[in-house]
Amino acid sequence: MFEPGLSHYLVVAAILFTLGVAGVILNRKNIIVILMSVELILLSVNLNLVAFSTSLNDLTGQVFALFVLTVAAAEAAIGLAILVTFYRNRGTIAVEDINELKG
Amino acid sequence: MIEAIVFLPLLGFLIAGGFGRWIGPRPSELVTSGPLVACAVMSWLLFFGVGLGDEHAFLRTLGEWFSSDALKVNWSLRVDTLTVVMLVVVTTVSSLVHIYSIGYMSEDPHRPRFFAYLSLFTFAMLMLVTADNLVQLFFGWEGVGLASYLLIGFWYEKPSANAAAIKAFVVNRVGDFGFALGVFLVFKLTNSVTFDEVFAAIPGLEGLKIHIFGFTADALTVAAALLFVGAMGKSAQFFLHTWLPDAMEGPTPVSALIHAATMVTAGVFMVARLSPVFEYAPDARTIVTIIGATTAFFAATVALVQNDIKRVIAYSTCSQLGYMFVAEGVGGYSLGIFHLFTHAFFKALLFLGAGSVIVAMHHEQDMRKMGGLRKNIPFTFWMMTIGTLALTGVGIPHTPFGFAGFFSKDAIIEAAYSAGEHDRSAFYGFVATVVAAGLTSFYSWRLVFMTFFGPRAAVAHAHEDHAHDAHAHAGHGHKDHAHEDHAHGDHGHDHEPRESPVVMLAPLAILALGAIAAGFVFERYFAGEAYGEFWKESLFTGGHNHLLHEMHDIPAWVSYSATIAMVLGFVVSLFVYMLRPGTAHQLARAFPWLYQFLLNKWYFDELYDFLLVRPAFAIGRLFWKGGDGRIIDGLGPDGVAARVVDGAKVAVRLQTGYIYHYAFAMLVGVAAVTSYFIIGGTH
Repeated sequence: MFEPGLSHYLVVAAILFTLGVAGVILNRKNIIVILMSVELILLSVNLNLVAFSTSLNDLTGQVFALFVLTVAAAEAAIGLAILVTFYRNRGTIAVEDINELKG
Repeated sequence: MIEAIVFLPLLGFLIAGGFGRWIGPRPSELVTSGPLVACAVMSWLLFFGVGLGDEHAFLRTLGEWFSSDALKVNWSLRVDTLTVVMLVVVTTVSSLVHIYSIGYMSEDPHRPRFFAYLSLFTFAMLMLVTADNLVQLFFGWEGVGLASYLLIGFWYEKPSANAAAIKAFVVNRVGDFGFALGVFLVFKLTNSVTFDEVFAAIPGLEGLKIHIFGFTADALTVAAALLFVGAMGKSAQFFLHTWLPDAMEGPTPVSALIHAATMVTAGVFMVARLSPVFEYAPDARTIVTIIGATTAFFAATVALVQNDIKRVIAYSTCSQLGYMFVAEGVGGYSLGIFHLFTHAFFKALLFLGAGSVIVAMHHEQDMRKMGGLRKNIPFTFWMMTIGTLALTGVGIPHTPFGFAGFFSKDAIIEAAYSAGEHDRSAFYGFVATVVAAGLTSFYSWRLVFMTFFGPRAAVAHAHEDHAHDAHAHAGHGHKDHAHEDHAHGDHGHDHEPRESPVVMLAPLAILALGAIAAGFVFERYFAGEAYGEFWKESLFTGGHNHLLHEMHDIPAWVSYSATIAMVLGFVVSLFVYMLRPGTAHQLARAFPWLYQFLLNKWYFDELYDFLLVRPAFAIGRLFWKGGDGRIIDGLGPDGVAARVVDGAKVAVRLQTGYIYHYAFAMLVGVAAVTSYFIIGGTH
């Protein structure tokens, strides 16, 4: 029977993190995808926290993970709210068209 | 009393200048003119006291101006005969001009400013004539220059007026530069700028040599010559005269006050005031004589062909100032001041009369468009005739009958002849002044004939000459916007020329009185037997200067020569302009080059334009475009700014505005920092 160890969890978390970062950077289509990728990054961090918590027999990590989930939920809500207003103002949420910061 | 005379105009200037906008034009006129009339009355009282009476000359120190080591300068008022003569001239003409201006400027919207300037000018001139040291003299000197600039450019909407004002200011700067150098040299030589101390030190300096630029020269001659350069600028003498005719762009009362009767005489006054310096510098006096004589002749020739009524009188002023310098050059300081005194009356009269003509002609100044005005404006005609009689020096030699100019001008001519017996430059002065007397007579009567006699050219040509009219208006401009509506239907065929109001004619009458009487009343004081008790110590003549005695022992033909020249000028003028109208055109056609030469004022403006103005512009452009623009700005602020922009253009490419680019940059940064700490940052 395969017993997953700490390193397995960490590898999965690292893959998730990389996917999230790649999603933020390489995505050219939609802002919602960026928000989802950010969620993915947060999840990978959570996975790390929980994995280390179990491995070290310290509950602090799991408590912390719960906080991160809460904050991530709030962040997603705010992010989507901003997105909605942005769409109302500009009529688009395509990443290509959002370059207001250009000098 | 003297304080009141000097500072009342300043008070008028401060009130009218500072609050004219709130108190309105009429109170401004009253607050400046009223005190000036009081000044004039007080000046005459002082004149009778100090000049004719036996009151002593006195000095009133008002306070210290500045002092630095040996250089001590006080504000002080020096009152002696020379001062009171100038006080009388300045305040009398100035008060009459103030009153006249109430009428002349009645349609101008900027009257408070005008009257404030007039009073400022009067104050500066009074500071000049009451100065007790060279520095206060220079203060007044610059003050009148400033007031002159402001008044010439009074109609600042006119580009020509602005140009004339700048020209007057710049040309005067040239003279003032010389004057300032002269003051410096006097201070260096005598260690003082106070007149009494300077005059006391001058005899000890005779024969002293100084070295300048490798040359060795007589110190006093150099000092006197430099001071005279200042006088040349202010009194519009040959080489520095070009500003005076252009100054006619100012309102006519200004021409009468500043550019005929008072400011331009500052140079003459200064030479007389510094007579001790000039007495010990005979070579400098030779220069004075030659320049004066040349000016007298030159300006008279130019006046022969000018068509602008004010320009003729302006050149006449220039010429008469030349006479004054001839007198001073040959050592007759009192004669120069005498001519200054009489000239102030009749020249102010002529100018104000011309102003009256100009008003009657609805601001037309071209004499070719006038004519036959005698019947329309008889009072002005008679006043102008008196002025002309005085200017040309009508009188009977060896009798006390004559107009003002007769006494002063003939005295100068006789003095020049007398000095010319042993001095060639003075003989040149004599010839030039006699010839100029004839020319003066010619152009003065020409002015009268063209303006007051003959047919009305304006009516005859008004319709076919519209282009010409427009040109004349572009040249002379309008007095103000109130006249815009007159501009096209003008020249008298729908407005008959009408006599000016009383407020303008009364000053003419008073000046006419002066033009008639100033000569024979005051001759014995200025130049006759009462010389000593009148002038007292205020004029200095050296031990070998016996001019005033010698000039009585000259042949009779000399006395008659000026009168003959004058009559000749009158007869020729009468023939050319009255008996055979058209002769002038034939003459102009017969000698076109001479006519053009005179009409273009001996090409002085063109010469200066070529020699000085254009090179100055070229140098200016070189330093502006090349030095300042290309080198200083190019390497300095502009260059730095351009490089910053270049750098920013590169940096701005990083700013794409795409959020994933920023995210990527952050990631790279985080990766770099992490790598650093993992690999080597832990030690």
